[in-house]
Amino acid sequence: MSADERGGMSGDERGGMRAGKHGRMSAGGRGRRNRNQPRELRVNPVACQAHGVCIELLPELISADPWGYPVIAPGPVPPALIPLAERAANSCPTLALLLMSPD
Amino acid sequence: MPQADPPGPRAEPRTGAVARLLAGPEQRSLEDHLSQHGPPPFADIGRGGTDTAALITAVERAGLTGRGGAGFPAGRKMRAVTEAARHGGPFRSQTGTVVIANGAESEPASAKDRRLLSHAPHLVLDGIVLAAEAVGATRAYLCVHGGPEMLRDLREAVVSRERAGLSRVPVQVVSVPAGYVTSQETALVGLLNGTGARPSFVPPRPAQRGVQRHPTLVLNVETLACVALIARHGPAWFRELGTPAAPGSALFTISGAVTRPGVYELALGSTIGRALEEAGGPAEPPQAVLAGGYFGGWLPLPAARRAQLTDQSLRTSGAALGPGVLVVLPQSSCPLAEMARVTSYLASQSAGQCGPCRNGLPALADALGHVAFGRPGEDLLRWTDQLLGLVSGRGACHLPDGTAGLVASALAAFSDDVRQHARHGPCGRAARPPVLPLPEPPPVSPVAVPSPGGTP
Repeated sequence: MSADERGGMSGDERGGMRAGKHGRMSAGGRGRRNRNQPRELRVNPVACQAHGVCIELLPELISADPWGYPVIAPGPVPPALIPLAERAANSCPTLALLLMSPD
Repeated sequence: MPQADPPGPRAEPRTGAVARLLAGPEQRSLEDHLSQHGPPPFADIGRGGTDTAALITAVERAGLTGRGGAGFPAGRKMRAVTEAARHGGPFRSQTGTVVIANGAESEPASAKDRRLLSHAPHLVLDGIVLAAEAVGATRAYLCVHGGPEMLRDLREAVVSRERAGLSRVPVQVVSVPAGYVTSQETALVGLLNGTGARPSFVPPRPAQRGVQRHPTLVLNVETLACVALIARHGPAWFRELGTPAAPGSALFTISGAVTRPGVYELALGSTIGRALEEAGGPAEPPQAVLAGGYFGGWLPLPAARRAQLTDQSLRTSGAALGPGVLVVLPQSSCPLAEMARVTSYLASQSAGQCGPCRNGLPALADALGHVAFGRPGEDLLRWTDQLLGLVSGRGACHLPDGTAGLVASALAAFSDDVRQHARHGPCGRAARPPVLPLPEPPPVSPVAVPSPGGTP
């Protein structure tokens, strides 16, 4: 199953994220990257539909606002939490949670 | 007020009213334009050469910043587009970049882009072509909000240039749908891509991938007119006005309680007092000035008269240069009632894409309504503060951040009024006609009215 079928993001958008100079990223941490590079979580607020999966999976860094949308703790993801952050990003039904290198 | 500019060896930069962009009488025809400004130095930037990159260097040296509101360095934006075209990733478009001239000013209190496009449309079109040459663009768009008359005039201007052989790239005049966020740069890209004039998540920025995946340069029309002047006269000339940190001149829309509201060109670094004098001075006793439009902030008068019109200086005082908007609020107006109206308008302008904006801005508007027209208790003020934090930085565009910043600045600048309202309820001044402009017709419910027999 391709990411497109999983919904949320067009091939176009993903392409730009990979190609983008402002943050080489991969939705959910797939792809080649340096393990030691600092990474931060971002929400694509257009794609986010407040399913709340990330809030369940990563309460250490993500809390809910009064309307159920995720609020991310500022700053880079602590290295120990990166596997959990990857899992949360991979589990987002709309692929709205992004684990990316800071700008 | 912090002085942004260290004393330089050069002559003291001039401040005050100037006439560069708005020089001379209106130049609607190409002939008038050419006699006012002379021919545009197309692909001739490096003195007779075809070194188009020289223009980017000149714009960088001039220190030109975007005049659309964000104030991003224009040269850096141009360079980002050329670099994206050179080193694009695997999804790179085959060839060419795109230029978008943003003349779709959505800021209700701003009229400067419209004024510039009617005063010197060919200066903007020169800038479009020069910028297109510099970044290797193969087409350009001039995006405006405007009636059929404005569109017709601009299209005629484009045609007259094509006839005169001054058109190096095709320029298409595009009408942008009404709305506060439709002129945001990613929304313009969406409009041109056929996906709707709504802001989108970045990255990718338009400079990386915009119209049909091409690296896209989006610059405000005033910024492009400045590019056309820098191409003609050079960066040193541009820096003869303004301060070293904020060089050049800019257009300002001055309204509210002033004797002669209108659009004025001032050197950056002029004081707010000087700008207000230019607009004829206060028409009645003033209490504060809104600087930077609805993404800006409030500065109490008369203290703000000494504030310098540079983004750096205004930001340290909690306002912004924005698109050059100054609105003077008279003492006879209730600032909280004004803010309740504006917040409600801004909430109505949410594209509805991002949950925190879609939910948070109406809640904020509701809270401001209670602050102005109810009796704000501790709980309400705490909730308002909390909402400001909850919406900031959580949208695809800056509508939530800008709205929160404006409300925060109002609550700080008018804290006495908030206390008065908390003690005594709404004040009598709330009944005064509003000073802060909202677009005509006033915002109504976004629900579409079905037309009888119309298409769905």
